[in-house]
Amino acid sequence: MEKLARAHVLVCGGTGCSSSGSKEIIPEMRDKLKEKGMDMEVKVVETGCHGLCELGPLVIVYPEGVFYIRVKPADVDEIIENHLIKGRVVERLLYREPATLATVPDYDDIAFYKKQKRYALVNCGHINPESLEEYIGADGYEGLAKALSMKPEEVIGEVKKSGLRGRGGGGFPTGNKWQFTRAAAGDKKYVICNADEGDPGAFMDRSVLEGDPHRILEGMIICGYSVGADEGYIYCRAEYPLAIKRLQGAIKQAMDTGLLGENILGSGFNFTIHIKEGAGAFVCGEETALIASIEGRRGMPRPRPPFPANSGLWGKPSNINNVETFANIPSILRDGGDYFASQGTETSKGTKVFALTGKINNTGLAEVPMGITMREIIYDIGGGIPDGKKFKAVQIGGPSGGCLPEQLLDLAIDYESLTKAGAMMGSGGLVVMDETTCMVDVARYFLNFTQDESCGKCTPCREGTKRMLEILNRICDGHGTDDDIPLLESLASSIKAGSLCALGQTAPNPVLSTLNFFRNDYEAHIKDHKCPAGVCAAFVGYTITDNCRGCGLCKKVCPVDAITGEIKGKHLIDPNKCIKCGACQAKCPFKAIDKG
Amino acid sequence: MGEKIAEKDMVRLDELLADLGSQRGTLIPILQKSQEIFGYLPREVLVRISEKTGSPLSRIYGVVTFYSQFHLKPRGRNIVRSCQGTACHVRGAKGILSELKKELGLEGEEATTKDLGFTLETVACIGCCGLAPVIMVNDETHGRLVPDSVKGILDQYR
Repeated sequence: MEKLARAHVLVCGGTGCSSSGSKEIIPEMRDKLKEKGMDMEVKVVETGCHGLCELGPLVIVYPEGVFYIRVKPADVDEIIENHLIKGRVVERLLYREPATLATVPDYDDIAFYKKQKRYALVNCGHINPESLEEYIGADGYEGLAKALSMKPEEVIGEVKKSGLRGRGGGGFPTGNKWQFTRAAAGDKKYVICNADEGDPGAFMDRSVLEGDPHRILEGMIICGYSVGADEGYIYCRAEYPLAIKRLQGAIKQAMDTGLLGENILGSGFNFTIHIKEGAGAFVCGEETALIASIEGRRGMPRPRPPFPANSGLWGKPSNINNVETFANIPSILRDGGDYFASQGTETSKGTKVFALTGKINNTGLAEVPMGITMREIIYDIGGGIPDGKKFKAVQIGGPSGGCLPEQLLDLAIDYESLTKAGAMMGSGGLVVMDETTCMVDVARYFLNFTQDESCGKCTPCREGTKRMLEILNRICDGHGTDDDIPLLESLASSIKAGSLCALGQTAPNPVLSTLNFFRNDYEAHIKDHKCPAGVCAAFVGYTITDNCRGCGLCKKVCPVDAITGEIKGKHLIDPNKCIKCGACQAKCPFKAIDKG
Repeated sequence: MGEKIAEKDMVRLDELLADLGSQRGTLIPILQKSQEIFGYLPREVLVRISEKTGSPLSRIYGVVTFYSQFHLKPRGRNIVRSCQGTACHVRGAKGILSELKKELGLEGEEATTKDLGFTLETVACIGCCGLAPVIMVNDETHGRLVPDSVKGILDQYR
């Protein structure tokens, strides 16, 4: 038997931390411990994502639970010498609260984690995702064992009792969906996990797949048992190579131990899971398009009904849920639906994972009870806006969502309240924007995305989004007219009403919500020929002032060679070449570049 | 363009088709694996897939052009993906992209360098928003970039 270690060093191996250098820390830590003969008493574990990607690579030392940030391979010696040998915390690597700059040694005391309630993410960052034993040690597959001892209808009853609703965006009650698939006629049925996380700014599914892959398998097996399916597919983006690798490993372990395959845990129930790699099309997140893609066709949505519950993959009844939805299932079965339902609001139960990004101090993943306010998420968990800038808006729900202004910061978040405010839960991406963000540019950004990803099957979405984008381009380029705002609104309502699938039906949301809350931004572009945030290139220009000492740094950094000048002489920016990226201004050591 | 297709690669394609060609729903995996073999999807390869699977060439072409992952032209040895996600957008992804183009000497709509060393493309979101702005070179992610960091990263792959 493996000897119990006196200390565990958890090194985050999620995609965020790996690209900040955690891959070098792990072998360095193991080698150094071995050199000192401590490799038996201290165990180094590579974990999944802790959520605070901004500050990676993250290292946590247990049993104390000390949280180190931005650790470099060169810091390994100090952590071993001082912390692991002498028991002294390495102060300089500790996390500091952005507001007070006070160091916080204990993981659980950090404001980012304090208000969170980790349910779907409970294991992420705490177990080795490549170890089945660690998942089982964290009560993994207990929900499955319990489910298999119940009748399938009882399992569905428990999921219904929990009040869980689809976490991929739609918010459809999960138990009802399962019920429909169970009730559908047919002896062959499928379970599909939608892991085609495509919303820009959302990465919770990636984090669960990379950090706790067995949880998704367990959720899918439970679903298969209750709806009467014996085969499952995980449709995962090819852009997530680590997630695919971890899933493949987990499926193999589960097959080898009888948690997948025939006669699971002696119950007589059979279930297998395959992985399908997506080929890069955002619309495949829509369930009928996803099915078309698994079948090897162009991923284009089709009209519903029939819903996949009755006619899905290969025409057979199929139950499709999102990664985060499946991630909640094992605990619902283990702890009972009532416990899950005790969290959240009247209509939206449980917790939701939000991906906090943009102009915010703590970017990362936060799982919070439904009903929390946006203010708590942004200021208490997210640590507020960096560089003393002012909050302007928060964009929620990705390209289907909307931008909410400051006056809605105290809104209690659930599916209904967000839709009422003109946004939507979506997959839970939260992009925070400060005063330097132009809302017309943001609307244009999202329209550009949806227009690009529109599959082209139905006219309102294909043509409508194109026309809306043209108008937004015109406004940002300084050629907007007084008719443009009413025209945008009328196009938006036609596209919403006439599109075949959710991609088109929600594509106008970013425009409508910014028109609703930030109409001044649009009017300033059209009437005053100004971009108040100083973003839209047509209205801004960079000039070099007399403070220029001729160091030449701006010329070097300019990506388009728009700057000319001799060393020690004043430099000049050619406004026709300049793409207004601002790199020169950021680089200038003499503050000699003005934006106006 | 128009690189000669190696005979041994065609043999590998035939093996692949013998393995997967008769199963339903395998067109996308066949295309993905073929692209791994050839680096892109030349016309001859699509014709062979059509012959062996019985799918009309038009249908295969329709699938290839629908998904951004598939390419009909030769690609660089290194694939650089510049993330244009929301978080990257608000943190200056545009400047990174223009620096990449400049550093690779790509003009206009060009995506691949003349020596086939690099292909530059944009991606909607890599899911590393905490490190924005981000690029991915092959399977490696590089984050917290400023235009200045681009050259050093590309040099690692040259």
